[in-house]
Amino acid sequence: MAMLEIRGVHKAYGSNAVLRGLDLTVDTHEVVALIGASGCGKSTLLKCINLLEPIDAGTITLDGVEVSAPGADPNPVRQRVGIVFQSFNLFPHLTVLANITLAPRRVLKLAEAEADERGRALLERFGLADKAAEYPDRLSGGQQQRVAIVRALAMRPDVMLFDEVTSALDPELVGEVLDVIRDLKDSGLTMVLATHEMAFARDVADRVCFLDEGVVAEQGPAAQLLGRPAEARTQQFLQRVVASGRL
Amino acid sequence: MTHVAATGASAAPYRDPERQSFLRRRAVRNRTVASVSMVVFLVVLAVAVTSSPGWPAVQKSFFDPTAFRESMPDIWSAFWLNVRMFLVAEPLILVLGLLIALARGLRAPMWAPLRVLAAVWTDVFRGIPTLLLILLFGFGIPALRIKGLTNEPVVWGTVALVVSYSAYVAEVYRAGIDSVHPGQRAAARSLGLSDGQTSRFVVLPQAVRNVVPPLLNDFISLQKDTALVSVLGPIEALRAAQIYASDTFNYTSYVAAAVLFISLTIPMARYTDWLLARQRRRKAAGGSW
Repeated sequence: MAMLEIRGVHKAYGSNAVLRGLDLTVDTHEVVALIGASGCGKSTLLKCINLLEPIDAGTITLDGVEVSAPGADPNPVRQRVGIVFQSFNLFPHLTVLANITLAPRRVLKLAEAEADERGRALLERFGLADKAAEYPDRLSGGQQQRVAIVRALAMRPDVMLFDEVTSALDPELVGEVLDVIRDLKDSGLTMVLATHEMAFARDVADRVCFLDEGVVAEQGPAAQLLGRPAEARTQQFLQRVVASGRL
Repeated sequence: MTHVAATGASAAPYRDPERQSFLRRRAVRNRTVASVSMVVFLVVLAVAVTSSPGWPAVQKSFFDPTAFRESMPDIWSAFWLNVRMFLVAEPLILVLGLLIALARGLRAPMWAPLRVLAAVWTDVFRGIPTLLLILLFGFGIPALRIKGLTNEPVVWGTVALVVSYSAYVAEVYRAGIDSVHPGQRAAARSLGLSDGQTSRFVVLPQAVRNVVPPLLNDFISLQKDTALVSVLGPIEALRAAQIYASDTFNYTSYVAAAVLFISLTIPMARYTDWLLARQRRRKAAGGSW
């Protein structure tokens, strides 16, 4: 069953058309990786799905309900679709636990004790229990990004979007964040990840989509798309990735 | 990077004793040179000033110990009025400035009048000299003879200060709000927080922390500007000094008033410096502010 249906989505910044009639369907429990060159529209697509950016044309349907109508209230959608950014964006003035419980308390109106309990359980699950009282600037990049993931999970979203979540990390810290995502896949969460980590995409994604010129140029099972791509432009992109030592 | 702090210290740091003693010796030498040159400079300055032909007249007019002692008690008790005006005006300015800054950020079409009013307020009252506002409020409003409104010049002088400074402080807040990284707003909105919740729980707490030093700077300026209210007649420190000077033709009383103002502003200025230095240190340590 389709959790997310994106049909003919266009998005431009000024005269720069980033998405040009993009179609993509994501099934429940499916993990889809988006790959492609910088500026191909991966991040823009994720921001459009979360309604952080209004689309110019097309429709986005979440669990059978169209959410992209102009003027529709974005907040109910955002409660069901979590997003994690490349730059963590933790709130620096709040402790780790307060970062996590802010939205459950203010948006879901949970009592403080209940929100705390939910937050601590998630921190425990991802090995961050001892960081609950720390401020973000005391944490490593990998820990910060894991907290950012926990913060999004605390809203119990149906879909999680990951926007190049390891790109800002030192290489030795990438693994711990990818482990979290692997853990989430095992728990059956529906996920869309924009990534430069081809090996990880092959490992964790059910399906890989290659974005080019604002559309999904080619998609298929990870092994097939990354191993035997059909399209010439997909092959060229993967050759450049191999040449840079990323695959 | 921040992960250094998170892993903690492992082995004790090792420092070459030779290097250490060289650095210590150099530090001692630097301090000695600085002290000696300072003393020499002060002595030369003192000799040059006191031996100049006009010095006795200057000393008599501006630094007369007797006049200082005589005028100080009146100025001191009058200075309390400056402090009171400042203490009343400051919180009002903080609140009003914040409201104006928030009003300028309102985006819903319904609030258009408030948004425009806030913009006009800052443009108009930043452009008018504070002294002019004080005269306008202090003499103008009592002249209207509106029933139930006080004619107390101190009150209207303080109101004028609040109006004038709220325009500046609103701009300081606005700069602070703009200085919060857009990713913070995006992260808050992506979690489902409304625009208002995002401002209240995420943007404003960070914005206010960012603008504490510039706000203190404005308050240093406000402490001095309470003296402008003297044009309306109330006997605050400057007026008390003026009264003594016009009775005795000795200007030492102005110096006495100046000493009082400085004794308030210097600690505040040092505190501001200290806050700024701490902010810089935290930024350098990988903190977010």
